[in-house]
Amino acid sequence: MMINVTINGDTHSLKEALPLLELLSKFEIEHDKVAIEHNREIVPKTTFGDVTVGDGDNLEIVHFIGGG
Amino acid sequence: MSDTLTIAGKEYNSRLIVGTGKYKDFDETKLAVEASGAEIVTVAVRRVNISNPGEPMLVDYLDPKKYTFLPNTAGCFTGDDAVRTLRLAREAGGWDLVKLEVLGDQKTLYPNMPETVEAAKTLIKEGFQVMVYCNDDPIQAKILEDIGCCAIMPLGAPIGSGLGIQNPVGIRIIVEQANVPVLVDAGVGTASEAAQAMELGCDAVLMNTAIAEAKDPIRMARAMNNAVKAGRDAYLSGRMPKKLYADPSSPLAGLI
Repeated sequence: MMINVTINGDTHSLKEALPLLELLSKFEIEHDKVAIEHNREIVPKTTFGDVTVGDGDNLEIVHFIGGG
Repeated sequence: MSDTLTIAGKEYNSRLIVGTGKYKDFDETKLAVEASGAEIVTVAVRRVNISNPGEPMLVDYLDPKKYTFLPNTAGCFTGDDAVRTLRLAREAGGWDLVKLEVLGDQKTLYPNMPETVEAAKTLIKEGFQVMVYCNDDPIQAKILEDIGCCAIMPLGAPIGSGLGIQNPVGIRIIVEQANVPVLVDAGVGTASEAAQAMELGCDAVLMNTAIAEAKDPIRMARAMNNAVKAGRDAYLSGRMPKKLYADPSSPLAGLI
């Protein structure tokens, strides 16, 4: 059964729940350059490996861009 | 003789902080920042483009080990959004120094001060070092200092307007009363206005658009670098008094 995860406001279908680090590499995101909110809770970088992303979860993945 | 700027316990040689937005590309950003001599650069926090994760990132051009990245909350219209953004920024970067700005109006980008004060209190409680964007009201500035902000950053004029310092008296009073660094943030359009901010006694100037939207941003970055130094020197020198009438520079004695 597919699961749905919202990433940066868009819904993505995944085959199954998976660890955050695996999800990042699946989307080719360099984990050391981003910060992540999982269901509105900050995920400390050191625990990227411990968090599992499941059905209905909401992720915000952000990085630094140019700004004033 | 050293004349350094200390913010939140860290010393800097440059008194110019520059934004990294609005440049043509990252190469131009990098060259302009280098020419400005800035050691602190402001950055924004935004969503990663999931559909194109390989696109160039700012950190590939500006090394966070070389520059102090100052995450901002530009674009946040509530204290809650600003706090949430900076919590993410702290996690992305791993440092506590941040620039708080909570905007109150799309057209003027004037700050919403009640929201700013509440957000600053929350952030300070959570251990952030808060440099705060505010209006040019000395009373408001004092309130922000009293709750523990590490730098007060009144606007010179609306963000991105390039109108120069509209209320030099207000800025001067803020400088005189403050025990933390005061920076003019926003409104500077050209080098003379950056010098004016420093001559008013500001500890530093923060700007983005004045450099990024100049026809030659890299040259303007150099001009701002020099202007801030000149203004600082002029302030420390103590300017001559203004007089109503002329006072000859050559001695009158010995005239033929």
